[in-house]
Parts: sequence; structure tokens; C-alpha cells
Amino acid sequence: MGVLVFAEHDGAAVTEATRRAVSAASALGAPVDAVVAGGDEAEDVAASLAGTGVGRAWLCQGAPYADQLPEPLAERLVALVRAEGYEAVVAATSTQARDLLPRVAAGLDVQMLTDVTAIEDTETFVRPNYTGSVLARLRCREAVQVLTVRATNFAPPAADGTSPAVARLEPGTDPGLSRLLEVQRTDSSRPELASARVVVAGGRGVADVGVGELEALADRLGAAIGASRGAVEAGLLPNDAQVGLTAKVVAPDLYIAAGISGSIYHVSGMKDSGVIVAINKDPEAPIFDVADYGLVADLREALPQLLEALEPS
Amino acid sequence: MKVLAAVKRVVDYNVRVRVRADGSGVDTANTRMAMNPFDETAIEEAVRLREAGTASEVVAVTVGDAGSEEVLRTALAFGADRALRVESDAPLEPLAVSKALAAVADREQPDLVLMGKQAIDDDSNQVGQMLACHLGWAQATFACAVTPADDELHVVREVDGGQRTVAVALPAVVTTELELNEPRYIKLPSIMKAKKQAIERLGLAEIAVDGSPRLELLGVSEPPPREAGEQVDSAAALVDRLKNEAQVI
Repeated sequence: MGVLVFAEHDGAAVTEATRRAVSAASALGAPVDAVVAGGDEAEDVAASLAGTGVGRAWLCQGAPYADQLPEPLAERLVALVRAEGYEAVVAATSTQARDLLPRVAAGLDVQMLTDVTAIEDTETFVRPNYTGSVLARLRCREAVQVLTVRATNFAPPAADGTSPAVARLEPGTDPGLSRLLEVQRTDSSRPELASARVVVAGGRGVADVGVGELEALADRLGAAIGASRGAVEAGLLPNDAQVGLTAKVVAPDLYIAAGISGSIYHVSGMKDSGVIVAINKDPEAPIFDVADYGLVADLREALPQLLEALEPS
Repeated sequence: MKVLAAVKRVVDYNVRVRVRADGSGVDTANTRMAMNPFDETAIEEAVRLREAGTASEVVAVTVGDAGSEEVLRTALAFGADRALRVESDAPLEPLAVSKALAAVADREQPDLVLMGKQAIDDDSNQVGQMLACHLGWAQATFACAVTPADDELHVVREVDGGQRTVAVALPAVVTTELELNEPRYIKLPSIMKAKKQAIERLGLAEIAVDGSPRLELLGVSEPPPREAGEQVDSAAALVDRLKNEAQVI
């Protein structure tokens, strides 16, 4: 009985996406527990779930869990779900959840749902296909529902006075299939592209003005930097900034496309954004078809003017 | 090392898909189809491992209808040694596909299974991880670099906020990102030769996989189109709209 949320964290506290996954999980109509995998930090992480409505926080601690390796973690989660009789497992869509939850679902012999964007009732879900070009409504009556949910589509939980009861899990056996060798974090003072509230993306047109102007705008707005395939191919912006159908798919509150023409490929990766701004010197650029605000202008003039207009008066 | 590369036939990524009028699914009749781009990266990596002498044999496998043999021909043209189709006229859910592939792995005994991280039709991103679970093998998803090292593989994985490098024991399942390699351009003679090669077939019943769906598809729809936007005439007007109308900055 109940829903288990896999609580992803940054080593100190659960991610904002996890908090929203808790609120999505509560739509399934059963008490929500959470499981935190990690080392010593897991206790602090569990404490950060206070106020979210999570009833119990399981600490899954020990060497293989601290390294967040999917094989031992999935095995332990399957055992926990079986032992406690959880009816659903929920996590926010992320690379870790996308790596881990299918293995959990297979261990439970259930068909899972990836990247759920709406929960209509306790067994009816909406999720995108074809990078969001199509929305599928699905009924899931599996013995255990396993879902990743797109966090930006769910509100953060309304703060309450609850504090989760903490319980320690006995470590499972480590199958010893993989080892963590190295973690490299993208060296950036900017927010991460996939979860940024604001994205400033550049296309080939950025060549006219230079990447520095784009970066200045991103920094002024506290934004992550995105790129079109054209900008990556032209060597203007790094590959890991690429937004598009087979690259990063983003849905920030504000997406500013600067010098991006708006191919189907690129638009597939950003069309679920809250507000889309297009700045392009070509008034016929297809990016204007999806933009809430369009500015036909040369970036050499538009970007400095934008920065100036953004300065507090 | 023997490598199994799993490939899927999907609607070509340049095609804008259309929902059937009755909302029962996506209209794929008379639509240009192609190999899932992530799977192209997987088959390319498999062939490179053989060319480097690390792999001795590359077997391409797909699960699908007769039409999906087209992507097995493509895999053969890339340089796969053999090709095998698990026959299913109806599209299968990821769990069933993973069970079919597990049965193929039991028969073929590969040391490594490579496949794209996800297919660009249902965007599920599940099959590789599920397969690794069924087989009790290590998994390395979102691979952007794969290096053989003794009896294991070192895999650099693209994850949120950076990269994680893991060592996986063999046998293992590795799912690929496009950054892993640049798939080769297939030349006409390879395509002609691939047309003549035999394709092995396996029925779902032969491998005792139940292909019946677990989820009920209630319908598909296109998301509501974005409302027509507004053209502003200056950067100052844009900032004003973002601050006062949209209230996003």
C-alpha cells in the first residue's frame, strides 16, 4: 500500500524536480514514501523532504548505493517494493531515473511509463511520443505502476508541517557488475540546461555577433545556454548544449531563440517551453511560427539593446 | 567478443507525424521509415569494434514486422555479419521487446549488446535497461565513449550536469548517444551485397514471449497548437512584454 518516490539529490538535498515528483505521486491517491540512496549524506537528504508530505524516508546506504550504480540499486528497490507492497514507484524524469526505473520495472515484470506529463486519475496517464509531436493517453493497471514524470508539468508540493519518519534499509547483496570510475561535472556557473528556468539558445546567426554577447544575456537572466544543430556544426557552441529531437529536450519557463531559424528538429526539442521568444533577421524564419514574441532584428543590434533594456533603471 | 546490435525501424526523423483521424494512433502508412538514429550509432560502434579486432562477430537483431527487415539490410550494409528478426506484426511494448531480446541473447550468447538509448517514435528509453535486468548483466546507458579494457568495458556516460565513467563487467548492455560516433556513409555496393544476404527469423512463440500489451492505449492526439505570437518592434518592447505581460523575468 502506498507510493514510493525515488528521491534524487545533489549530495545535500533532494532536487526541485524530486519535490515535484512527490506532488505528482500524491495524485495517485495513496500515502507517499521516499527512498534516498547514498552514503552518509542520505540523512540530510531525507531531512530535506520535510514539508513535502512524504510519510517515510527509506535510507538506502552503503558503498554501491553511494555511487548510485543502477544494478544494485534496482535490485534493492525491487525487494523494497515487494516487501512493503508499494503500488507505484515514481521519479522525476532525469538521466538517473531513466537509467534506473526501467530496470526496476523489469525486475517487477511491469510495463513502465516514461516522462508522464499529466496524471488524469489513478490509472490514466498522458505521455509524449515523437518528442512531443503526439500525446498518448494510456491506462495502466499493472500490479505496480512505475512512472517517470516530467517535473516541470507538476507544481511543487504545498508546504505542510510534516517531517518524514526515517527508516534504514538493510543493504542488499552487491552483484558487483559495475564500478564508478569518475564523475565529471560540466564546469559552469550557469544552471543546467535540462532543468533551467530560462534558456538562451543561439543558432548560426550568433556568428554575426559572437558567443560573448549570447553568454552575457544568459548570465544577465540566470539562464542556461542552448544551441541549434547549426550552431554546434559551425563550432560556435558545444555539443552538450544542443537542443533538438535527438539531443536535449527542454521546457523552461522562458526560451529565447537567437539567430535560430527553427527547423522541425530544433523546435521538437523546445516547443513545450512556457514562453518562446524568437529573434531573427529573417522575417520568414519558421521559428516565428512557434514564438510568443518575435523580434525581427539583426543580433548585432538586438542583443546589446536587450542587455541595455534589462539593466535595472 | 561477440556483439549483438539491436535496431528498430521508425518513422524517419525528418517526417512530421500525423495522428489518425479517429485518434487511434499515428498514421505510418506511406510514411518514410528509417533506422532509429540512435541505433545507427550502435551498429556503427559494433562494426568499429570488429574492425578494431575487439569483436569477432556482429549480429544485428530487430523485433518487428516483415517491413522492419529493411533496417536489418541497412545493418548488414553497415557491416553486420548476420541479421535476425524476431517476428511480430503488432508493435510490442518495451517490456516484451526486452524479453524477446533476452531470448535472442540466450541463444546467441553475445558478450556485449549495443542499442540506441531510445527510439524516436515512442521515446520510451527502457529496452536496454530492461534487457540488462532480465539477463542479470551490467548496464551502461547514454554512452558517448566505449573503451575495451581487459575483460570489462570503460564507458563514459552523458548524464545531467556532466559525465560519469563506469567500468562494466562483460557481458553487458550498452545504450548509445549520438556523440559516440559518426555513422559511416553506406556505399551502393554494400547496399547491393546486403540485399542478397539471408535474414534469420524467429517467431515470438518459438521463444515463448507473450507480446500482448500491458498498457491500454486510450487514444493519441496532437498537442494544442501554440497561439499566434506577437511581433514586437524593439528590444525594449520585448523586455517590457516579458516583464509585464508574460511575467517570466
